Amino acid sequence: MSIDILTVRGVERRFDTTLALQATDLDVAENDFITILGPSGCGKSTLLRIVAGLDQPTSGVVQLDGHRITGPGADRGMVFQSYTLFPWLTVLDNVCFGLRERGLPRAQQLDIAHGFLAKVGLKGFANHYPKQLSGGMQQRTALARALANDPRMLLMDEPFGALDHQTRELMQELLLGIWEAERKTVLFVTHDIDEAVFMGSRVVVMSARPGRIKLDRVVPLAHPRHYSIKTTAAFTELKAALTEAVRTEVLAAQAQVT
Amino acid sequence: MKPLVPVAPGARIALGVSFFVLFVAVWSAATFSGFVNPLFLADPWAMVKSGYTLLAEMGFASDVGMTVWRVLGGFVIAAVLALPLGVLMGAYKPIEAFFEPFVSFARYLPASAFIPLLILWAGIGEAQKLAVIFIGSFFQLVLMIAVTVGNTRRDLVEAAYTLGVSDRGLIRRVLIPGAAPEIAETLRMVLGWAWTYVIVAELIGASSGIGHMITDSQALLATDQIIFGIIVIGLIGLVSDLMFKAANRSFFPWAQLGR
Repeated sequence: MSIDILTVRGVERRFDTTLALQATDLDVAENDFITILGPSGCGKSTLLRIVAGLDQPTSGVVQLDGHRITGPGADRGMVFQSYTLFPWLTVLDNVCFGLRERGLPRAQQLDIAHGFLAKVGLKGFANHYPKQLSGGMQQRTALARALANDPRMLLMDEPFGALDHQTRELMQELLLGIWEAERKTVLFVTHDIDEAVFMGSRVVVMSARPGRIKLDRVVPLAHPRHYSIKTTAAFTELKAALTEAVRTEVLAAQAQVT
Repeated sequence: MKPLVPVAPGARIALGVSFFVLFVAVWSAATFSGFVNPLFLADPWAMVKSGYTLLAEMGFASDVGMTVWRVLGGFVIAAVLALPLGVLMGAYKPIEAFFEPFVSFARYLPASAFIPLLILWAGIGEAQKLAVIFIGSFFQLVLMIAVTVGNTRRDLVEAAYTLGVSDRGLIRRVLIPGAAPEIAETLRMVLGWAWTYVIVAELIGASSGIGHMITDSQALLATDQIIFGIIVIGLIGLVSDLMFKAANRSFFPWAQLGR
């Protein structure tokens, strides 16, 4: 068993009187690809934002490599659901953003950036502005931008949520291919069960609000994974179990509203 | 016509020009027919002739030069001071809380009402003219720049932080470049307002400038000269606006995309 690089201990988040996330524990091992599933409003994004340092827990501690997380940093790269490329920078300069902040020489920045643009299949688009790209291409650039910084962890908050179904499946394969090659540690929030099983080495299901971890399952599928794996018995079996678990929570969430 | 459907570039220019033509046509009809007494409104041809006399014989070009210099001088001073203050107010909320109420109050103070005071303080020299324009544009600029910077998309700010940006880097590399096109538009708009202040400043206690020529002409009932002066102001305003727009487009090509 590999060593945990991220530990979440008793993390709770309250917004005024609402408890969004209740005492949550989570251990993430090096090279894990953890997908977090749950109904909307269950606090899965809150958990991710706390790990990113963009939100502070009301109580509890998050540690990365034994150091307490108090704010955002370059060691945790993030890809957001919304398109967050800087519109005034070209694709290339967007990918260079973090490298430039670290004071790397320009030649080295370009070297790294071109490498990652090639990996996400955007070689010919280095000098385009974000508004000239499709949604899928923008998210691929955002992925390249996060990876170029060589973070300890990659945090992804429904990064493909705004994309159409076909683009989304291609993006999943692309990300999986990159993960299989780079072996980054990934925390990936989604509400798409197929996506969670296909991408994850572990799937975590969160309950309806107040969110807590309800189910934590290892995905028994070998790498490298091909998209055809989605029709195998192992895949559908896990998917069925997760669908059941998530459905219960979605129903519970709806009961809260009415 | 359908709402919000763009018009072809050629048709757009033709439409814009045709209103000017219509305007001059109505003016000509009213004056050449004798419907309006020339004492109150000169006809276009008299206006052109007196314009020629003003430029060729009465040194009106140097008046125009003075006025342009005053507008640009006062405006540049206001912009140079408003930019850093506006950016700081937009970025740091305590600084905004400190200045914002006063600036909001000060921007409603009519610049022209300060003219008697400013003459008392600064005399009737150039400092007074520049001060009127400064008062008229500085507070507006500060407030609009602060709002623009403060409206930076929060998800871009968060993305920058997860890429390891420092607080200073955030201002320099995210807040300022992101707000720049809108700040440039603000500058363009306020420059237009500065043109109205300069004329008011020149109507009182000036010995040169377009506004001064207009007051002189009033004493002579020379409506042709007054109209010529007003049209010159309009033309300079139009040209400077077009130049500003073109500059903004070439400085911020990305802001033009996807409109």
